[in-house]
Amino acid sequence: MTLTAPVDTKATSTTVLLSVRNLRVWFELRKFGLGVAGYVRAVDGVSFDLYEGEAIAVVGESGCGKSSLMRTILGLHRPREGQIIFDGRDISRFTRDELRWYRTRVGYVQQDPYGALPPFMTVRGILEEPLVVAGVKDKQERLERIRQVMREVKMTPVDDFLSKFPHQLSGGQQQRIVIARAILLEPRLLVADEPVSMLDASVRVEILTLLRQLQEQHNLSVIYITHDLSTVRYFSERIFVMYAGQIIEKGPVNEILENPKHPYTWALLAATPEPDPQNVHKFREVPPGEPPSLITPPSGCRFHPRCAKIIHGTCERQVPPGFEVSPEHIVQCWLYEE
Amino acid sequence: MKNGNVLQVEDLYLYFATKRGVVQAVDGVNLALPRSSAMVILGESGCGKSSLARAILRLLPRNVHTYAGRILLDGQDVMALDEDSFRENVRWVRVSMVPQAAMNALNPVIRVGDQVAEPAIVHLGVTKEEAWEMARRMFRYVGVPEGFLNRYPFELSGGMRQRVAIAMALVTSPSLIILDEPTSALDVLTQANIMNTLKRIKQETGTSYILITHDIATSSDLAEHVAVMYAGQIVEVSNAAAFFSEPLHPYSQKLMASVPRLHGDKELEFIPGRPPSLLNPPTGCRFASRCPLRFGKCDQDPPTFRLGERLVKCWLFEADAELAYPDTTSAHPSEQRR
Repeated sequence: MTLTAPVDTKATSTTVLLSVRNLRVWFELRKFGLGVAGYVRAVDGVSFDLYEGEAIAVVGESGCGKSSLMRTILGLHRPREGQIIFDGRDISRFTRDELRWYRTRVGYVQQDPYGALPPFMTVRGILEEPLVVAGVKDKQERLERIRQVMREVKMTPVDDFLSKFPHQLSGGQQQRIVIARAILLEPRLLVADEPVSMLDASVRVEILTLLRQLQEQHNLSVIYITHDLSTVRYFSERIFVMYAGQIIEKGPVNEILENPKHPYTWALLAATPEPDPQNVHKFREVPPGEPPSLITPPSGCRFHPRCAKIIHGTCERQVPPGFEVSPEHIVQCWLYEE
Repeated sequence: MKNGNVLQVEDLYLYFATKRGVVQAVDGVNLALPRSSAMVILGESGCGKSSLARAILRLLPRNVHTYAGRILLDGQDVMALDEDSFRENVRWVRVSMVPQAAMNALNPVIRVGDQVAEPAIVHLGVTKEEAWEMARRMFRYVGVPEGFLNRYPFELSGGMRQRVAIAMALVTSPSLIILDEPTSALDVLTQANIMNTLKRIKQETGTSYILITHDIATSSDLAEHVAVMYAGQIVEVSNAAAFFSEPLHPYSQKLMASVPRLHGDKELEFIPGRPPSLLNPPTGCRFASRCPLRFGKCDQDPPTFRLGERLVKCWLFEADAELAYPDTTSAHPSEQRR
């Protein structure tokens, strides 16, 4: 079994499934309950469109806001500003019933499969619950659907696994169950948060292959969240690079990997290792410092305190707008001001 | 005398007794590590690589069934030492360890400075003031600001805590440090930073490393020698340059084929099936059931063959190689004992 890269940018449909407009997710910081002392600006002005059947990757360091973005899209956080439009409807205005409907349309694959599965429930129980919640009353129908999904994630023979508890499964099998649960209600969108980072190299490829097969079979849209750029090209068509709550560069996968423009993207790529025996003889280039505080983000370009290419007088003062350096490749950096 | 080697492991066995039988976690391992060099031990979860690390440091749980073989540190057989002298003269004095997920294992209610100073007080018998001075030096070394000595673990980021764990292993200036997955929970930039730090320490102090990981790409940053472990046994030992360009054992080849690359159009492969249970491993080659190059002879346990400097445990190399350990009897340690 193999997985080829890059993903051919097949003529994905031009129907927008999910549209994120100028999204801001701020968390209040309270001081002794007396009032708001400030905000953690986890997501600060993010906009993008996700087409039907398209896979995108959101890449960035821990703390860059990618998980907050994902949780907001899942309807777990309320945005402070901006809109998330799914299939033409704004999810932040949803009523309880609409939210329940929305959650059958969106599947979620967690990072740590063991943590994501309740330890005291069997595989069957874990997969049955979403069906019960979704109102599938007939027991036989539920079981049939469970079997079908188990076959889709290649947990066969199905009967060997139905009565197992999560701890009796290997990491790869646990992740397959998490994926099975995510696709159980036939969602249109799958949000995968570092779905393979906890797995061994070979199992990682197995799970990525499975996710890609499922995506193609069901024409799923996928948001793949990761810090590992090397797996991205096997799975996504576009990359969004996120830094300090903002998307600082976005474009087609090959364009970003072969022709990156933002100094932060350069840094990410330079830090991504490949098995080369020459690595022993050199040090990796890493930008100094740590990601900025999201409570008081730096003025101007948020990367400027760590940037080697800083244009003094501009980068500290003005927020860079998006410059389109090639078709659909947009970078927020003053270096590309024409 | 093996003068050139900081560590020499000969026929090391570590079996655990469990309710379901004897788990053969480390099964006849031979390794040699030249002074001031770094070896990476690659393998999937459950292949026994962490058990090997624990066996070298004699950090054993209670259910040990068999613990046999020879471990030579700078030519001295430390297996012969009793527990007290091992603790006084070897553990953390000559060999220390950064255990898996060390950054989450720091004591949350003790200042990190005290935690780094403690090994020096316990193992070197220095005063508290001296130990703090040593801790301060180590902090500078691993790149943590000195002011952080007085902080508690929760006040540090993941990368900083990982550095503190490395400082704890370094403070007694051991000649060998065992690093068990030192970067697996960190994101790429932090990972690159830690790897740079480890490299610098090695250059400046001549410390040797054993790096245990499943992350092949990252391991190439540090490895001069590569040992591949499968189901409790070492199946290949090679220098890094030769290994990364041309792995010999079919398992190593498959592992390399599963590493995602940033560029090029190489297909990603995974290894179908799962590693055998260590409760009842197959009698022949343990990889045979998953091996694409399997042939008749693979029902018999292959000996380790020597090809120039490289060692490989696979029948494919019988024709053009000599036996690596011709005088080793294949008698089982448990049988030897009885």
